[in-house]
Amino acid sequence: MRTRERIGVGDALMLLPALFIGLFFLFPVGTVLWRGLGGEGLDAVFDLAKSPRQRDVLWFTFWQAAVSTALTVAVALPAAATVGGLSDRARRFVRSLVTVPFVLPTVVVAGAFDELFFATGLDTGDFRLRHTVWAILIAHVFFNYAVVVRVVGTACAGLDGRQAEAARVLGATRWQAWRAVTLPRLRPAIASASAIVFLFSFTSFGAVLILGGPKRATLETEIYRYAVSRTDLTRAAALAVVQLVAVLALVAVSTWLERRRPATTRMARPTRTLGSRPGRWLNVGMATALLGAPLAVLIERSFSTGTGYGLSHYQALGTRVRQLPAPATTALWNSLHYAALATVLAVLIGVVASVVVVHGRSGSRRLFDLGLTLPLGTSAVTIGFGILIALDEPPVDFRTRWWIIPVAHALVGVPFVVRTMVPLLRSIDPSIREAAAVLGASPSRVRREIDLMIGARGALVGGGFAFAVSLGEFGATSFLPRRPEDLTAPVALFRLLSTPGDLLRGQAMALAVVLMVFVTVSVFVIESSRGTAEGSL
Amino acid sequence: MKKLLLSLVTVLLVAVACGEDEGASVVGGDPAGTTVTLMTHDSFAISGSVWEAFTAETGVTVQLLQVGDAGTMVSEAILTKDAPIADVVFGVDNTFLQRGLDADIFAPYESRNLDVVFDHLKLDDNNRVTPISFGDVCINYWIDALPGTVAPATLEDLTDARYASQLVVQSPETSSPGLAFLLATISGTDDWEQYWADLVANDVSITAGWEDAYYGEFIAGGGDRSIVVSYASSPPAEVIFADPPIDTAPTGVLLDSCFRQIEFAGILAGTDNPAGAAALIDFMLTNTFQEDVPLNMFVFPASQSAGLPPEFVEHTTVPVEPHIMDPAEIEANRDRWVDRWVEIVLG
Amino acid sequence: MLRVDALTVRFGDVTAVDDVSLELAAGERLAVLGSSGCGKSTLLRAIAGLEAGDGTVSVDGADLTHTAPDRRPIGLMFQDHALFPHRTVEQNVAFGLRMAGKKESARTRRVREMLALVGLEGFGEREIATLSGGEAQRVALARALAPAPKVLLLDEPLGSLDRYLRERLIDELPDVLGATGTAAIHVTHDHDEAFAIGDRLAVMHAGKVLQVGSPGEVWAAPTSITVARVLGHTNEIIDGVTKVVWRADAMTIDPSGPHQAMVDRVHFRGVDHDVRLRTHDGRMLRFLLDDPPAAGNDVRFSIDPARVLRFD
Repeated sequence: MRTRERIGVGDALMLLPALFIGLFFLFPVGTVLWRGLGGEGLDAVFDLAKSPRQRDVLWFTFWQAAVSTALTVAVALPAAATVGGLSDRARRFVRSLVTVPFVLPTVVVAGAFDELFFATGLDTGDFRLRHTVWAILIAHVFFNYAVVVRVVGTACAGLDGRQAEAARVLGATRWQAWRAVTLPRLRPAIASASAIVFLFSFTSFGAVLILGGPKRATLETEIYRYAVSRTDLTRAAALAVVQLVAVLALVAVSTWLERRRPATTRMARPTRTLGSRPGRWLNVGMATALLGAPLAVLIERSFSTGTGYGLSHYQALGTRVRQLPAPATTALWNSLHYAALATVLAVLIGVVASVVVVHGRSGSRRLFDLGLTLPLGTSAVTIGFGILIALDEPPVDFRTRWWIIPVAHALVGVPFVVRTMVPLLRSIDPSIREAAAVLGASPSRVRREIDLMIGARGALVGGGFAFAVSLGEFGATSFLPRRPEDLTAPVALFRLLSTPGDLLRGQAMALAVVLMVFVTVSVFVIESSRGTAEGSL
Repeated sequence: MKKLLLSLVTVLLVAVACGEDEGASVVGGDPAGTTVTLMTHDSFAISGSVWEAFTAETGVTVQLLQVGDAGTMVSEAILTKDAPIADVVFGVDNTFLQRGLDADIFAPYESRNLDVVFDHLKLDDNNRVTPISFGDVCINYWIDALPGTVAPATLEDLTDARYASQLVVQSPETSSPGLAFLLATISGTDDWEQYWADLVANDVSITAGWEDAYYGEFIAGGGDRSIVVSYASSPPAEVIFADPPIDTAPTGVLLDSCFRQIEFAGILAGTDNPAGAAALIDFMLTNTFQEDVPLNMFVFPASQSAGLPPEFVEHTTVPVEPHIMDPAEIEANRDRWVDRWVEIVLG
Repeated sequence: MLRVDALTVRFGDVTAVDDVSLELAAGERLAVLGSSGCGKSTLLRAIAGLEAGDGTVSVDGADLTHTAPDRRPIGLMFQDHALFPHRTVEQNVAFGLRMAGKKESARTRRVREMLALVGLEGFGEREIATLSGGEAQRVALARALAPAPKVLLLDEPLGSLDRYLRERLIDELPDVLGATGTAAIHVTHDHDEAFAIGDRLAVMHAGKVLQVGSPGEVWAAPTSITVARVLGHTNEIIDGVTKVVWRADAMTIDPSGPHQAMVDRVHFRGVDHDVRLRTHDGRMLRFLLDDPPAAGNDVRFSIDPARVLRFD
């Protein structure tokens, strides 16, 4: 629209995400970097370049993240394309299920994979995956599978199927039509999903540490090493700067890729999915099996007590185990509570931010995009330490408040909402917005009625992620001071696994399974509330 | 829709505004009625009844703040020393002690109960910190799984071909027990670098943390290695948390390998409730507190007069001569030792 | 009632609308006829406020040139209906009323009225994705009319419909517009549609309005060869300054006729045949015949001089 935009409530709302990111991210991270680099300034950063070990670390970090992303996309794309063909309920269930990995701490997953490999004979002699790069990559695929399936799947469902049909009629096979016609139009969504997966893999901590073993180091583990094990804040800050620069570059590239004009959704006939019916089921079945196998191991372990199978571990969750400052059920309740709060925050802020990113003045647009995605690529140590030293004086003396934890979670949730909503918004046919305008909707009204209504689907998918991520969040939570009664489930899990004894281990498994169930149910509920207009994914 | 959004935002703002009360604080004098904030790590656990006893006795309420692991806690205490988030910190161990001392984060305090503490635990003459508990990082072995069922008796035995591919150790870069074991080998062998080269030749496995060693590679977690670096308190833990219940511990401890880890508490400089803080430190050395420690945190009380739970007495031995190292020496050489270790073992 | 003065819209170097002036009286229907790319869509969009340009647009004397599209009492019906995919038929039609702040009872009443008007009673709860092309266009029409705009702009509204539907709607549109008393500008490239739909006809080409008048006037006396071409006079002879055009149906087979040409191709059209002739000097002419000779044959024909237009 060429007519001048009027200042409305909309523009004032823009302040909300800016304030949020500014206060809880930019200010703390800036403070940590300032404090750390203080004396030596950027020399500390340049020193890093001189060290061969650090150069190796940087290269490895990039490399494993890139390969992880490529693998995840390759594995998850077929599933994303075919999930659309399932019935409504099946689809939603499968999607909720694939979100489970977000919630599981690496220690638990590593154990499950181990057992799986052992049981299937993959763990014998020379062919041990433990402490290999492959273990890291497989774990990354496991954790991030959901991102591709859901982000790309949502976009896929919104595409008009007629173009692919036109190609079919012109003689292309299903596969050729998909590759030549549908795939290019999915590029923005794939770019979006890839960015998230890359960032997650780039800053992955547990998977690298535990599955990769002590030989593998990434920027993230190095930052932890220097900040915590050596209390060398200067080195840690220098590494954090490198990390931030890398992430900035990345986000810039991915938003450029996203911005390619996608196909417009007019009165779309949903894209007919790839493959025949049994083919679809096979595809989804395989994917679910891949994800489900480790989870099945956990479930089995949670029921196996010293006296055969039973519920004793689950029952124990309600009692107060000495090792935990509060019963496991309290921790679960806290986690749910925090996750709900974090999700509401993330969706609120993310929705406003998405609208700005798509419609805002070109200056603020790019800034927002960049700034809002940064937290995904920033070390939990940096954020945690930053909050600790930055938010220490009134009026922002928030560091010991209980709600700083869900806020930290929301920092990671917002990028999810933005990255799922933005491609969706960009794919809206401009004539629909014009029609609304001509019918009397002011620019901010258009945004509400059209963008928000259509984009809500993306917001919910992003919200589902934010919920799962918050439930399983361990890093930032453990770096922020916490009252014992504010114990979260992942921390409780970790505690249970820190003392020998089958009882505690069994309880940890039970807790992990309950977390899994919670995330499946919650994500299912969150997304059902949208309804299923136009066969939405 | 708009209404829903508005009410959500209102709820959020209200929730945020209702922060918790800081509690009155006092400078000197009677701390009754005040709150003392105790900063500690995630492994801290003490029965609620113990705190209640403290409050009943002194009128002071304890507010706990838990932060990550011991290393994180120390780093954060140092980072925030100009605006401390707590009055007392507990969980600084001897491997990190010097760091805290050098950063000058403590306010010296000589507890009136200091005399009950074992002398060899009092590492700081200036009483900037007070020993509260200690533990030993020792080699544990799964008795039934040992080759030839002969338990290793000395550190050197671990390099014996008999125990090839049986040992799993944590990296000192990322693990506190891993670091402790390294220090034990430095203190307990003539040529620690050669020792480790021999261990490598004997196919030692290295993990990043305790969990993936004990529950990953060690028999206890379904792995195939029978010797692991763990704690002297691990065998009693196995008994206490066994499922189904057992009478004897499945694991044993290699006493020659033990390295003593002492946990200290200290008053943070800049606290606005020194009286309350002092009362807390004093309380932490009483039997009420000390005897609650073993079953909660699986460490041993620093107080000589505190009794041990029967499971501890029955299933483990407190090493009489564990390896101990001066905190200043640890701090001065740690980085260099660890880097060298990485070269030898991981290079 | 609607007045457009010297409206010019430029996109970079291209002038899409070139100094166009129009007037539309209340209740009047103006058809704008032009081939693809002549700027007629841009003209409509500029009147609606979706494109910026020079010149003025005013309704009932009020200058709307700088008013946002949502504040103009002008409706627009899009070529591809642009219905809101995430809403039902009823919600689509009610949209403009909601924007105007009408209460729910008033909205429901009006929506029912509009749906009945376009022959879609009972369609309220239908999902947009389930509508056929014709149904969608009617919903779009109902939606555009519901807020009772003073002027309705229709951008090739029948373009995507089959002939039967198109003819039906050509029939019904005037009734619908008449019932609501809405003035309309109807843009199309199809001359049959343009003649049927409008009280007045404007012919547009390359951004300019070349001729305005009643359909009969324009038909009888096109003022330039371009207009004639737009009106379907596809046969032409240009001899220096003199240009002569005529329609296919102005020719008859005449064994004694003055002209001769060879039959190049014959297309069966059901009602007659579309015959392509090639003259000796290579010119292609178009002929409509019931009973054509086969291809390859020579024919002699004559042209009705009364139906030949001549421009110098």
